[in-house]
Amino acid sequence: MLKVENLTIEIGGKDIIQDINLEIKKGEVVILFGPNGCGKTTLLKTIMGFSGYRIKSGNIIFKDKPLNNLPIEERVKLGIGIMYQHPPKIRGVKLQQLAQYLTKDEKEISELTQKLTLEEHLKRDVNVDFSGGEMKRSELFQVLLQDPELLLLDEPESGVDIENIGVMGGALNEYLKQEGKSALIITHTGYILDYINAKRGCVLLDGKFWCVGDPKEMFGAIRKSGYDKCKECICPQH
Amino acid sequence: MSATLKLENQDIETVSSSGIDLSEKTRSASFYQQDSHTKLYKSLHEGVDILSTEEALAKYPEAKDYFGKNFRLLNRDFPQDTDGGYFIRVKKGKTVEFPIQACLFLKAQGFKQRVHNLIIIEEGARVYLITGCSASQSADEGFHLGISEFFLKKNAYLNFTMIHSWKKDVTVKPISIAHLEDNAVFVSNYVCLRPVKEIIMYPTAVLEGNKAKAVFNSLILSHPDSLEDVGSRVILRGFDTQAEINARAVSLGGKVIARGHIKAENQNVKGHLECRGLVLSQKGHIHAIPEMETDFRDVDLSHEAAIGKISQDEIEYLCARGFTKEQAQSIIIRGFMDVNILGLPDLLKKEIEKIEDASLKGGL
Repeated sequence: MLKVENLTIEIGGKDIIQDINLEIKKGEVVILFGPNGCGKTTLLKTIMGFSGYRIKSGNIIFKDKPLNNLPIEERVKLGIGIMYQHPPKIRGVKLQQLAQYLTKDEKEISELTQKLTLEEHLKRDVNVDFSGGEMKRSELFQVLLQDPELLLLDEPESGVDIENIGVMGGALNEYLKQEGKSALIITHTGYILDYINAKRGCVLLDGKFWCVGDPKEMFGAIRKSGYDKCKECICPQH
Repeated sequence: MSATLKLENQDIETVSSSGIDLSEKTRSASFYQQDSHTKLYKSLHEGVDILSTEEALAKYPEAKDYFGKNFRLLNRDFPQDTDGGYFIRVKKGKTVEFPIQACLFLKAQGFKQRVHNLIIIEEGARVYLITGCSASQSADEGFHLGISEFFLKKNAYLNFTMIHSWKKDVTVKPISIAHLEDNAVFVSNYVCLRPVKEIIMYPTAVLEGNKAKAVFNSLILSHPDSLEDVGSRVILRGFDTQAEINARAVSLGGKVIARGHIKAENQNVKGHLECRGLVLSQKGHIHAIPEMETDFRDVDLSHEAAIGKISQDEIEYLCARGFTKEQAQSIIIRGFMDVNILGLPDLLKKEIEKIEDASLKGGL
């Protein structure tokens, strides 16, 4: 479904991602590990097509179509959706307005609203005075209504209390269980792994992939020994 | 004086675009002045007196006391050469559900309209007043001077919404002073979305009574070659009084000066001033001038100002939800000019949203 080939990404003249390769198959969930500043968010935002991230070399291919020069909304049309880590405030625009743009199915909106306990937030300006956890729930809400084939999730559970991680994890798992849904998920806390069925994890260090393996095992090892040990582990580069 | 108003077809759209309901069905009282002629006044509510200022001065002895009273309070002069304007009084304890409307219309070429309005909201009364000011296609080089004096007695509530719908060669100068007694609440909304040559205004609210509150909101869409120099001033004279000033300006190439001044003249008062501006054209100019002043320690005054272009982040966020860049921009601008900040009932809110949609569509 998604192929990243020999991709090098530059921000402000500096290479952040260097010559990486990654493939996500239809129905597959891939977890992206890595310390702060290693380039995880850069990779997600480049796949989505945000400005400020320049592809210096290599290709991003989605459903056999090269994405490199496509505007963001065209990538959305192809079936990619992103959940922001730090979404901007949109004053005067209600969460409900965005929801009604994303789907015409009022029942779906109402069910997902209840599931993610966002009833109070529908009438509020998007992300204005939302707490960290509320923002995450609202982001997941929007991206699930968007119904993408490939979900890009940037730390979906950071800043969310345990109870709501369960709520979000449950909703996400239900979504990903559907036929043909794939995801690339960044996590620091690893909590999300308890809710979803991910078979592959990758560690990104200094702009390169170092290790590929079972995400739960990898997360356990990282928690025990830190990311530096990943370099010693020398799994074959993906 | 006719019982109903008949306008030429070309003027109907213009007058409606300033928030006037010509059918009068959703209004409790109406006043209409064209150039210097009072064409209609009519109250459908027993609690509302509405007539021309001239007639009120002749009919009610107390009207003379009100005329110029707020200017004397601040030791300010005011133009004496006015001709027309409306007198509105809402009687003690009356809650008026449907808004009162007043229309000041410029029709003759080069006409200089100079009105003096008196608005008295008696103790405990509550009302929405919408004033629509506009100019006919024929009113080239028009001029409008509008003096308004507001008197809010104890526990009175007034939501005053002024909608300006001028044309690019009209010069406008509103001068307003409001006086508030104990617990009175004055919400003053200013909406100007069409081209104009020049608007200069700096309305003032004097919160004399304790626990009184004044809110000034403005939504301005500034077109190329327009100048809107628009401010709001609140004098917090009573104990525990409150002020909010909230300005939103979008420049499509015009010049906006957004002023604001909150002055604390007593203890335990609170004021917040907010100005947000979007400049959408290279030629556009926005100048925010927030001022706060106090001689007391025990006050809470703050301000927030942010001007610039639309944030790329916000545009891309909406693109990531599937909107095109153009759609995203228009959603953000529409949200920025949020009619919800005006504190209006649904009916008026929807009317103004419609006017705004039409203006934004034309402007962008």
